[in-house]
Amino acid sequence: MNRRPDYSFRSFLEIVMEVIFLLAACVSVLCVALICVFLFANGLPAIGKIGPLQFLLGTKWKPGNDLFGIAPMILGSLYVTAGAILVGVPVGVLTALFLARFCPRKLYQILRPAVNLMAGLPSIIYGFFGLVVLVPWMRGLFGAGKSILTAAILLGIMILPTVISVSESALRAVPAQYYEGALALGATHERSVFFMVLPAAKSGVTASIVLGIGRAVGETMAVIMVAGNQAMIPESITSGVRTLTANIVLEMGYAADLHREALIATAAVLFVFILLINLLLSLMKRRTAK
Amino acid sequence: MKKTSEKKRFDLLSPLLRLLTWSAAALTTLIVLYLVGYILIKGVPHLTPSLFAWTYTSENVSLTPALVNTLLMTLLALLLSAPLGICSAVFLVEYAKRGSKVVKVIRLASETLAGIPSIVYGLFGLIFFVVTMHWGYSILAGGFTLAIMVLPLIMRTTEEALLSVPDTYREGAFGLGAGRLRTVFRIVLPAAVPGILAGIILAVGRVVGETAALIFTAGTLAQIPKSPLESARTLSVHMYNLSSEGLHINQTYATAVVLMLLVLGINALSSALARMLGGGKSSK
Repeated sequence: MNRRPDYSFRSFLEIVMEVIFLLAACVSVLCVALICVFLFANGLPAIGKIGPLQFLLGTKWKPGNDLFGIAPMILGSLYVTAGAILVGVPVGVLTALFLARFCPRKLYQILRPAVNLMAGLPSIIYGFFGLVVLVPWMRGLFGAGKSILTAAILLGIMILPTVISVSESALRAVPAQYYEGALALGATHERSVFFMVLPAAKSGVTASIVLGIGRAVGETMAVIMVAGNQAMIPESITSGVRTLTANIVLEMGYAADLHREALIATAAVLFVFILLINLLLSLMKRRTAK
Repeated sequence: MKKTSEKKRFDLLSPLLRLLTWSAAALTTLIVLYLVGYILIKGVPHLTPSLFAWTYTSENVSLTPALVNTLLMTLLALLLSAPLGICSAVFLVEYAKRGSKVVKVIRLASETLAGIPSIVYGLFGLIFFVVTMHWGYSILAGGFTLAIMVLPLIMRTTEEALLSVPDTYREGAFGLGAGRLRTVFRIVLPAAVPGILAGIILAVGRVVGETAALIFTAGTLAQIPKSPLESARTLSVHMYNLSSEGLHINQTYATAVVLMLLVLGINALSSALARMLGGGKSSK
């Protein structure tokens, strides 16, 4: 007797909850939209006032004189990221190869948690480590402690866990036949792994590098502590440098008016860089899926 | 070059390659050990009672208020993002048709969110929550900012946990006459709990370790806030302030030890839970 109303209540609840789930899922879309709108609405007018070319290509950042050129910071981010890739990728990919194909089982049970531990450390800890260990070392070796080189080494260490984990799972996903086929043709274990398995895992390894680039470009706190933060185009790899991220944190605390808007515009430029990197990543994913 | 080395019986390349991978792995291990060891050795001797005094002064640089703030901040961020993230994942896995336009847009959005650097979140939080919403530098603004930041993480881990629940569970529930909603809440979600928890704890780790997104949203006041609209520095921000002031280097090492152990403990808990899920899956 009371079954029918029960049913209709249930189906009503089903619909209500489905809508709730859908709305929850749409929150992330809303967040992306909000971030885009607020960042660009606050940043683009400043770019307009300064002039897009003066802003992006200007080599002088002197807020006191109303000179807002972020070319030194763009170059800074570029140099530091490139350095981090040069330092982190060879070590990371080789370690991933070791973990996936060379590592004795017992050792793996120690190394894998060690890599996870690295991934979990907060960037402020890396930054502090860089400040108290790397910077004095570099000062002893090259005379300048806070430099592109120091930041590149620290960031190279920081992207290691990303590169290792993603590359390792790509290497493990290569079908066993590839490796066995190479062995059957007379190649040694090492040659099969390096010349057969590694090329087969190319897309995954590349994805790990792109993820590493994303992390290095976006890193803030660690870089501030070791890069020196001079807003000038660096002369050599031992001179100090300021990245886009550092520029925002260093000056946002006291900036006002156009200066403040220029900093938000800096974040917008950074955001566009990250979007491009994400786009690259999803294009690569699509290609591997096909 | 290759031809000659292949003709030769004596293969020099293989041992060289082997040596390369071993030394790279050794280098990685060395870095981890050195980093953690250095901070522990320098910091542990300075873990004095005055460092844990209830109120912060510029002499004792106590970390207790920062620790309490971290707890509050984590609670706030998770209260906001965990239900949202779990519901989103339920929609994506249980309700949406795979490959539909809505799913594609949501996926794209969450991937975009996952890639945004924390300083951009911080700046957005400053513009939106602090200025536009008139919340000021406050724990509320910080919590909302961090909630958005960890949302994609919780979404992704929950999705993975839900996907790892075998379809036979759902079919069994449907076969017994349960509706979709009942199946989700009574069958699928309980089976996925360890994976979801692992994701949430991972998110806790990120909240605890976050600095850049908080400096301009939650501010740097070293007190336990009396209302959600007051500024509050978390442990990471505290750590940043100490190390950039450079006045209390020993206390900074000690604070680093506390922060490091906290985050590592949280992450270990998360991976233990994830292992539980993995074990459960393989036994079924």
